[in-house]
Amino acid sequence: MAAWWQALPLTAVFVLFFIVPLALILMVSFWDFNEYELLPDFTAKHYLAVFEGCFNTDAMCVTFKTYLSTIKFSVLVWLITLIVGFTVSYFVAFHVRSPGIQTVLFVLCTIPFWTSNVIRMISWVPLLGRNGLANQTLVGAGLVDAPVEWLLFSDFSVVLAFVHLYTMFMIVPIFNSMMRIDRSLIEAASDSGASAWQTLWNVIVPLSRTGIIIGSIFVITIVMGDFVTIGVMGGQQIASIGKVIQVQTSYLQFPLAAANAVILLGIVLMIIWALTRLVDIRKEL
Amino acid sequence: MARNDRGLAFWLLALFFAGFVLFLYGPMLVIVVLSFQGPDGGLTFPLRGMSLHWFYKLAQGLGVVDIGAALKRSMLLGLVVMGFTVVLSVLAGLAFRKKLAGGNALFFIVVASLIMPSIIVSLGIGLEFRLLDTGIKRALESLGMDGVLEGYGTSLGLFTSALGAHLTWTLPFGLLIMFAIFNRFNPAYEEAARDLGATPWQGFRHVVLPLIAPSVVGVGMFGFTLSWDEIARTSQAIGDVNTLPLELQGLTTTVTTPSIYALGTVTTLVSLLVVVVALGLGRWLNQRQKRGRA
Repeated sequence: MAAWWQALPLTAVFVLFFIVPLALILMVSFWDFNEYELLPDFTAKHYLAVFEGCFNTDAMCVTFKTYLSTIKFSVLVWLITLIVGFTVSYFVAFHVRSPGIQTVLFVLCTIPFWTSNVIRMISWVPLLGRNGLANQTLVGAGLVDAPVEWLLFSDFSVVLAFVHLYTMFMIVPIFNSMMRIDRSLIEAASDSGASAWQTLWNVIVPLSRTGIIIGSIFVITIVMGDFVTIGVMGGQQIASIGKVIQVQTSYLQFPLAAANAVILLGIVLMIIWALTRLVDIRKEL
Repeated sequence: MARNDRGLAFWLLALFFAGFVLFLYGPMLVIVVLSFQGPDGGLTFPLRGMSLHWFYKLAQGLGVVDIGAALKRSMLLGLVVMGFTVVLSVLAGLAFRKKLAGGNALFFIVVASLIMPSIIVSLGIGLEFRLLDTGIKRALESLGMDGVLEGYGTSLGLFTSALGAHLTWTLPFGLLIMFAIFNRFNPAYEEAARDLGATPWQGFRHVVLPLIAPSVVGVGMFGFTLSWDEIARTSQAIGDVNTLPLELQGLTTTVTTPSIYALGTVTTLVSLLVVVVALGLGRWLNQRQKRGRA
């Protein structure tokens, strides 16, 4: 009984600000609307509108293009953050010997997470902009004649910013998994004649699986639903599902935005479901 | 890995790590430096003198945006979010140590909230409060309270919808930290307190709380800093006035002076200050605890 009372406030917050809003999204996605108000209804027309023209022409429809672009970013960012995050964690967990220094290096990697994302995005402007440091250097060295334009407000800068912002979400769970690996296993592997590579690939990678999966879930879901990073770093020119929802909301087209949200949620849930088949999060804390 | 061999692998990895840290901090350092740009300086290098010019400009406001007011709002909201996050996370953390019917479902919901795309949460909360507005207006209408109706704006606001939106983001971190704390917590101390006749409240207040306090500081730090920088979940769930990060996001496209870097320096400083204070406080509590035990 006491436990129930203690959990009640937290439960109430999630019911009020998470469960009910999600239910409302589902409900309103079947409603109609005009310029002034939402009209209770039961219509699938907003779903049909989302996929309009997707199944009868040769050219790809806007929705598919947007999803394809978003998925492309997700896969790219996932791969890069995974490789970078794994390498960084591996270095700190297995090559740094003093626990004190391990902690310091780990904290060093996580501190930027507590600062503003937008600031961290715009901090690339003086480096990558038309007259930025990178272009000054390239032009100065005579490597290019005119400033390179694709460095900022491009796919490149979007991926760069994602990696900059979210590698932390890979490092923390992977590092956590690695620190739980029994060091005698590593010794056993090396005593049995395994090379460093073999130990890495056959012992450390499989034992870090949980961390890799948790990190992957974070990174993929963040990129799939993003509109802030793609907006700021793409110069508001690159489409994403999150951005579509945001724009429709700002025009008060709630049922349309809701239909898009339901579809996005469905896709994200499928990805998460596929990934969580492989792991139990609660055991890892 | 082997004892005395710091071979090529170590140095390559160390180099990679150093590169990563440079990648993390380099750009941030650049804008801190550029925020001290002289009055004639622009958004990029070179530095044309050093001055506090752009901080003065910032204090005067950027365009129509009152930075000071937004800063105060965000600060206040951050503190409120921090308070709620600490209290609710600790309570729920305690609840999960006992038999909690539906505990698995609740845990699932909390994790779902953490990984749910923020735009969806934000849209849902925005929708919820707009429907609430419609309901309230209808009710006022049918009750014939025209005076109240005319004065009624919206239920969306800093301490209603935005607070809720922030909590859906900070509470999962808070609860996960509490799990991590209690997974490593030795229940013997508590049992000893109970055996000595302490009430559950006394046991918590004088035994459990002092032991978990250093980590609870961490929960508070997450609560404040995550709220202080939150954009995605707040974006569709905010009423008439914006938080600082939302203003900042708007300013990225309109402000073309180093003032925006000055603003970046200020907000980063606040975040880092909170982190340093939290780490210091955590350490201090830890040491006090160790001294008490010795």
